[in-house]
Amino acid sequence: MIDHALTLSLGMFCIAMLLSCWRLLAGPDILDRVLALDTLYVNALAVVILLGIRFRTQVFFEAALVIAMLGFVGTVVTARFVARGDVIDHD
Amino acid sequence: MTHEALPFTVDLLASLLLVAGGAFALVGAIGLARLRDFYLRVHAPTKASTLGVGGALLASMLVFGWTGQRVVIHELLITVFVFVTAPIAAHLLVKSALERDPARRPPEPGTAPDAPPAESSPTPPPTPPA
Repeated sequence: MIDHALTLSLGMFCIAMLLSCWRLLAGPDILDRVLALDTLYVNALAVVILLGIRFRTQVFFEAALVIAMLGFVGTVVTARFVARGDVIDHD
Repeated sequence: MTHEALPFTVDLLASLLLVAGGAFALVGAIGLARLRDFYLRVHAPTKASTLGVGGALLASMLVFGWTGQRVVIHELLITVFVFVTAPIAAHLLVKSALERDPARRPPEPGTAPDAPPAESSPTPPPTPPA
């Protein structure tokens, strides 16, 4: 049963990623695109975890850990850069 | 698949968690694609996607914890990371939006806005004369 649930859940996450991609391409503001990228990396993280369950391997979880850390840093840096034109305050 | 079979309850619980997580992520992405303002759009995916990843992580912990194949330290680390960082990222996004364009700030809750918001069912565009 868990194989069918994995397939269904993978389909749902892939549709969610497609919707985020649409918002990434169509977003009227640049912050909409940053938000779409944030959603996209979280969903990609879930897809990697589901593939790790399916193949019963540990390598995918290392990749998911790296995605979780780098995605957060990317979102924070992009949001600050969009707001201030600078990432690190120089004062 | 060639993996060893899980007991029925573990199988059922993991399947339910997986499907619920996928449904949460789907609802969040639909909200991201369909809502009409940035301040509305920031609500949907930041919470629902966190729950979606949480469902997948719980199912993974259940499966790998039952089979005893490996330690579940990775799931715990990812859970801590996602659940701590996702609200911070959303907060920074909204702060950036307010700094960029303070004029688009929505009215405070409880105060009457100047113009009533548009109805949820927009008026159909006028049909051109034939």
